[in-house]
Amino acid sequence: MMSLLELRQLNKHFGGLHVTNSVDLTLEPGEIHCLIGPNGAGKSTLFRLILGEHHPGSGEILFAGENITALKSFARIHRGLSVKFQVPGVFKGLSVRQNLEIALQSRHRGAELGDEIDRLLGFLGLESEQQQTAGNLSHGQKQWLEIGMAISLKPRLLLLDEPTAGMSPEETHMTGEMVQRLNADGMTVLAIEHDMAFVRQVAQRVTVLHLGQVFAQGSIDEIVADERVAAIYLGQAHA
Amino acid sequence: MTGLLSLFRRLEGPQTVGRGPAFWGMFAVVLMGALAYPLFSDGYTVGNTVYFFVWVFIALSLCLIWGYGGSLSFGQTAFFGIAGYSYGILTINFGSAYGFTLVALVIAVAISALFAVLLGYFMFFGRIAGVFLGIVTLAVTLMLERFMAQTAGPEWHIGSARLNGFNGMSAMPPLTIPWPGEPIVLFADVGLYYFVLGVLVLVYLGLRILMNSSFGNVIVAIRENPERAEMLGYDVRKYQLITFVIGAALAGLSGVLYTVWGQYITPSSMGMTAAALPLIWVAVGGRSDLTSTLIGTLMVLAVFQALTIYGSQYALVFMGVLLVLTVLIAPNGLVLGAMNWLGRVTGRVTQRAG
Repeated sequence: MMSLLELRQLNKHFGGLHVTNSVDLTLEPGEIHCLIGPNGAGKSTLFRLILGEHHPGSGEILFAGENITALKSFARIHRGLSVKFQVPGVFKGLSVRQNLEIALQSRHRGAELGDEIDRLLGFLGLESEQQQTAGNLSHGQKQWLEIGMAISLKPRLLLLDEPTAGMSPEETHMTGEMVQRLNADGMTVLAIEHDMAFVRQVAQRVTVLHLGQVFAQGSIDEIVADERVAAIYLGQAHA
Repeated sequence: MTGLLSLFRRLEGPQTVGRGPAFWGMFAVVLMGALAYPLFSDGYTVGNTVYFFVWVFIALSLCLIWGYGGSLSFGQTAFFGIAGYSYGILTINFGSAYGFTLVALVIAVAISALFAVLLGYFMFFGRIAGVFLGIVTLAVTLMLERFMAQTAGPEWHIGSARLNGFNGMSAMPPLTIPWPGEPIVLFADVGLYYFVLGVLVLVYLGLRILMNSSFGNVIVAIRENPERAEMLGYDVRKYQLITFVIGAALAGLSGVLYTVWGQYITPSSMGMTAAALPLIWVAVGGRSDLTSTLIGTLMVLAVFQALTIYGSQYALVFMGVLLVLTVLIAPNGLVLGAMNWLGRVTGRVTQRAG
């Protein structure tokens, strides 16, 4: 089967700093893949490269077999990519309902659009907040709202940058279930996450990024058992 | 038929203040009043009211680009001037027969829109944003002012239209509607009043529909968070450019109507003061709402004119003070603040009644 996303020898440097260094990463359709690594490992930069907000110094990005390295961000979204940012990027001054309407309106019109918004509000558990201004939501609710906006595009690949940051353990678990339900419907997910409980709950495969390079890859159990991985988290990689 | 119906439904929505029978009843009363007003007034006063109306279009253009779109354009007066001069050049050369003045109006507005396509393309596709957008647009308008100011010599003419430097261009024919028997000439009193009022109502309602459509949704989304908008698959640059061009056309409409009203246009209409005043009207009214902008602009213009009697420099200082006070007390605009307060009060009353 053709892989959904393939990063080939992706390099990005800001001045002398190599943020990503010859990164190779392949995502199979239908998997939930978690990207972990210490702060500054290059995880968010890798997302920005995939989304076209940054352009790599060298290397290629293939999506469903197509080379998208030179495409603009919005064109990549049209191909089937979608993202939830690290800092929730909701439209703060607009109502929750309008936030979802803006995300959904390119695929639905009229009464169908209203139904689709209601359905999504139900999925996110935000029905009673729909008239609220998005900027007034709790941090966790903002995260959910943005996940809702991201999935309204019915993407083939959903990128989640720290979806559970600032959430309580219960909220984190609910988010995990949300991601699993989406995956059951066929959505491939690539998530950056620090919360190991979440990674353990959802990840089918884990890639550890360290100093801009792929450091280790495997199942969550393999990664946890890997002493070298434990070492970089404790800051002993150079010892 | 259903298409028309859905258009009407777009007259209200989250992007515009005012909805329901109470608002539209008020709208009808105000419109009736505006229609009847010339019957109770003299030609001079009516002409003066037209002068106020003329500026509302440029205010609405800024409301669209800045208030809804989040891009501060300091250069709306550039489009104002381009369209004004274009109308003058066209009509001085080709006259007013066969309804040509109306054609000239459309062409002049189209020329300013075309200029906006060119300027906007380089700005938005070059990803110029924020304060730099204001700087570039201001530079353009001041450059045009400087250029037009040095065209006093007889060598500066287009056809038989002299550009006339700082004295400006004058004596272009007023708008003339061809009519069997005798053409109707819209002089700057009752005739022009009804024409401008009609255009104003159409533009106001049209913009309400536009802003409550899916296009309007994207425009405010870009204001709130351009990165998120792009990551929902919208080509932000394209939407910004279209908004900018619509805004330029409206500013151009202001310019033509101003030229028609006074039968003259000068470079100072693109100068620093002229560029700054619309910002004040829009900010004081409430830049993120069409109705607030409209009411605010008319109010500030009326106050400004009343103050000018005591000295135009003092009036300008007052405008500055008004802007500072607005920013401090009601950053979203005085009229918008008042309307929201009114909405809350009446909402509470109807809630209690229900």
